[in-house]
Amino acid sequence: MSMKIVVAIKQVPSRDSQLKVNASGTWIEEADLAWEINEPDAYALEAGLQLREKLAGEVVVLCAGPESASQTIREALAKGADRAIHIEAFHKGAAAGFTDPLALARVMAKALESEKPDLILTGLQSDDLGYGQTGVILAEVMGLPHATIIMNVEPSGNGIKVKRELEDGWFQQVEMPLPALLTIQSGATKLRYATLMGIKKAKTKEVKRVAASELTGSGNPSIRLDRIYLPVKAKHSQIFDGSPKEAATKLVEKLRFEARVL
Amino acid sequence: MSGVLAILEQRDGVLHKSALEGLAAAQQIGADLDLPVFAAVAGSGVEPVAQTLTGYKLKKIHAVDHELLGQYTPDGYTAALKQLIEAHQPKYVILPHTYQVRDFAPKLATALNRVLVSDVISYRIDSGALVLVRQLFQGKINADVRFEGDPPYFASIQAGAFRADGLQPGTAIVEKTTPDLKPEQIRTKPLDPFRESQRAVDLGAAQIIVSVGRGIKEAGNIPIVQKLADALGAELAASRPICDNGWLPMERQVGSSGQTVAPKLYLAVGISGAIQHLVGMKGSKTIVAINKDPEAPIFEVADYGIVGDLFEVVPALIAALGK
Repeated sequence: MSMKIVVAIKQVPSRDSQLKVNASGTWIEEADLAWEINEPDAYALEAGLQLREKLAGEVVVLCAGPESASQTIREALAKGADRAIHIEAFHKGAAAGFTDPLALARVMAKALESEKPDLILTGLQSDDLGYGQTGVILAEVMGLPHATIIMNVEPSGNGIKVKRELEDGWFQQVEMPLPALLTIQSGATKLRYATLMGIKKAKTKEVKRVAASELTGSGNPSIRLDRIYLPVKAKHSQIFDGSPKEAATKLVEKLRFEARVL
Repeated sequence: MSGVLAILEQRDGVLHKSALEGLAAAQQIGADLDLPVFAAVAGSGVEPVAQTLTGYKLKKIHAVDHELLGQYTPDGYTAALKQLIEAHQPKYVILPHTYQVRDFAPKLATALNRVLVSDVISYRIDSGALVLVRQLFQGKINADVRFEGDPPYFASIQAGAFRADGLQPGTAIVEKTTPDLKPEQIRTKPLDPFRESQRAVDLGAAQIIVSVGRGIKEAGNIPIVQKLADALGAELAASRPICDNGWLPMERQVGSSGQTVAPKLYLAVGISGAIQHLVGMKGSKTIVAINKDPEAPIFEVADYGIVGDLFEVVPALIAALGK
């Protein structure tokens, strides 16, 4: 069984970024941020690479983002993806200018029209907008069956058998035909590092660039991101300052005599 | 019906633990917008579970019943609920943000050319329009989201965001509907759910829990927090990444995919507080957070906090406990 696997990835601010909201409250200040692959998508890429190693075939990376997303695409190619499609969009953070995941999915579906993949993989959610929906919406737009929060994929007959995570420590196997779309759970496997050879090879791999504006489909947005802001603390927490020793002493005192839990 | 429809999850005739929270959210939105509230449960033989909702203030409870809905599939649920929504045309569709809802609700909304606003934590009414609040960047930032265009408007509600004890009592009737479904519409074949291992550790019984997250950096550092747990007579627990890495066994994981705990004291060490973790522990009586990032969402739920390097703070805490 040879498989053509598309892995949809996204570039997001690195996890320990200190985020600031811009003056108009429309998005974050992006200028000084470091960027990285959305962590759940890194696991989708890993699952795609492992499947290709098991079955033969091809891994194509699909990424919507501005010019700077090229860095994340190169990293995916260095890890072993065969080639990439870069949907060039003007805006970085807000899902490449799309705060509406349906509009983004329509653009992605158009970019994949000529590809006819057997399997599309993506992370279960993004660390920026966190809709947790783009994969499922893409499946519906493309008319494909899907399964979410997948821990393991194996071939089964003409299709695949996947292990899906349910809540409270429950799991379930699901059999499904191909082509299909899966959203991959983070942490189910170890992530690989790019090798020196991989980094060298990545420079020669094909990256097809398409402008998002050429792909935009019909349909008006049905939701609007109005304003973003720092959350107001719901609970008043007491934060203890000073040296670690001073702070620890105060904390123990509070736990003993105020909260009375020790 | 042009009201608010709450779609509630059931398995084997038992409502999901967050179903009543979703119903409470729908009732509050209905009351604020002066709209009638409806509920729906889907499955095979769901009339008895639908009957358990008749004591609440609802216009009607739809029991969407079909043999092909006996096992959950995104294809089956989407086709059946799409028919219900098209027949009754609710203005708002509210769902609790469960794993199952994450699996089918985006598909259902897309099938109706709409976008679900997922994982909503609260709402407000602004000139008669619903403004939903949801979290971005792992809880570091909030966003106000509005619906555009025509209804139906879909929103899923985060676990714990609404309280089931605020439900309005009343009387409601159950109406059974049978959607038009064919076996060939359902493309995926789910097998029976299973559990990987029996739980040897019951974190739910612990009075004090010390829980460790990514901040611990490597497996070799786990003894540092184990010593703190020993000093407190506490059970050691962890956020998901620690168990995924195999640094602690899965049975010690707290969060939406692990155990839900509510001890009298919960110490979160090097845990940023992603919502998946928070839903598993925010019911704890007293919460302490130790984290180097002052903006970490864990401080949102903490009663006491120390902003600092856990490798300095934890030994200092062990020393202070010994005094």
